[in-house]
Amino acid sequence: MFTIKELAQPDTLTEAYNLLIAKKNNAVLGGCAFLRMGSYPIATAVDLTKLNLSFIREADDYIEIGAMTTFREIEVSPILQQYANGVLPKAVSHVLGVQFRSVVTVGASVYAKYGFSDLITALLALNAEIELVQGGRMRLAEFLEKPLTKDILSRIWIRKLECRASYQTLRMSASDYPLLNAAVTQTGSHWLVAVGARPRKAAIAQQLSAALSASKIDLEQLDFFANIASEELSFGTNARGTAQYRRAMCKVLIKRAIKEVLMCESV
Amino acid sequence: MRISVTINDKMVHLDVEFDEFLADALRKHGFFSIRKGCDTSCCGLCTVWVDGRPTLSCSVLAFRVDGKTITTIEGVQQEAEQFAQILAAEGAEQCGFCSPGFIMTVLAMKKELTQPTEEQIIHYLTGNLCRCTGYMGQLRAVKMYLGGTA
Ligand SMILES: Cc1cc2nc3c(=O)[nH]c(=O)nc-3n(C[C@H](O)[C@H](O)[C@H](O)COP(=O)(O)OP(=O)(O)OC[C@H]3O[C@@H](n4cnc5c(N)ncnc54)[C@H](O)[C@@H]3O)c2cc1C
Ligand code: FES
Ligand code: FES
Repeated sequence: MFTIKELAQPDTLTEAYNLLIAKKNNAVLGGCAFLRMGSYPIATAVDLTKLNLSFIREADDYIEIGAMTTFREIEVSPILQQYANGVLPKAVSHVLGVQFRSVVTVGASVYAKYGFSDLITALLALNAEIELVQGGRMRLAEFLEKPLTKDILSRIWIRKLECRASYQTLRMSASDYPLLNAAVTQTGSHWLVAVGARPRKAAIAQQLSAALSASKIDLEQLDFFANIASEELSFGTNARGTAQYRRAMCKVLIKRAIKEVLMCESV
Repeated sequence: MRISVTINDKMVHLDVEFDEFLADALRKHGFFSIRKGCDTSCCGLCTVWVDGRPTLSCSVLAFRVDGKTITTIEGVQQEAEQFAQILAAEGAEQCGFCSPGFIMTVLAMKKELTQPTEEQIIHYLTGNLCRCTGYMGQLRAVKMYLGGTA
């Protein structure tokens, strides 16, 4: 179990960031579900609860999600349930049970770039942007490519578009980590496909996204499209499955997702 | 650090360490219904309500509930007993170690969902593990409790 020597509850994000970088073993507290699995001795724990980062807000063009928002808040948010066929609530609804999802936070989950993340895959397909206190605002896809620096993720933006979406996951049992997950969105003629838990962190299937965006798709061609993603992405082996199995299952999830998108109403 | 919380309708002041989790703080205060099965956020045994929402007390730092309302099974005794009787009648309780957490989740579900389908019930209860019963008896008991037939 981790230990905490001092606790700081800053009033501004700048103050929080300065506290975080003041010492190597200072750390931000998210929901602490992952932190508690380790035995990290934290010198000063930076608690963000006074910064009002628990929110899901809708503006004309964007949906904005604060870093301390829990997975459960995402799951039951009417704003998110109504946007893009509820792809974000669907993605997080697979993560353990309701009482766990009331604890874990969005900021920590995205910042930590977990390979198995359900949330990151769905956010990638929505072309989300994130904001870091020091690193500034950038696309999530760009953030995932950068080396991890000590920073605080404060919020996430999703541009509101006429978007249809599907989220698919394969798990060995209901509450286990995903063996593989995929999210597909269609905005007008533009498609975006993301695959995660490969088991490496989620990535956009660029070639497949481009191919779908350039074609008029019919259900007969699904095998052809699904093959593109399974060939262009790399897959690895861990306790839950081999690279070969993941590659094969990737085709299945992508086919299901494209089919679902083609059949669903845009929201 | 001193925190003030309302536990089962009673205001309580607790002295907690910065790295102390709610489950430990509550047990220290005599709420022995709170059990830890895994201590890795997986089993749901330690479920209590924080501001009415089912939450894993093993995974919430105690200082974070300052000013909030906590409900343990002692605070919902009547409803808990009513459901526990159905659980027992359905053979869905053996060692009983998982029961307080399970009951707290079922009672929360009852407040939150109106006439849930079997699929919704199973989904809501995914986070509560039971190593004895095999879940079918629990499902029957939940359906009966919610007013239908198993
Ligand atoms: C048993 C278990 C099973 C899980 N299963 C799944 C699953 O199936 N699918 C899935 O998607 N996820 C799963 N997760 C991960 C979970 O959903 C969260 O992503 C994870 O727990 C981190 O969230 P947290 O709020 O608990 O973060 P914490 O544990 O508090 O923090 C994690 C890390 O992020 C840092 N941090 C916290 N907040 C911020 C911030 N705002 N900015 C920068 N850094 C920050 C912390 O210092 C720490 O290093 C699982 C986790 C556990 C423990
Ligand atoms: S003890 Fe809290 S989830 Fe198992
Ligand atoms: S009755 Fe024994 S663990 Fe559930």
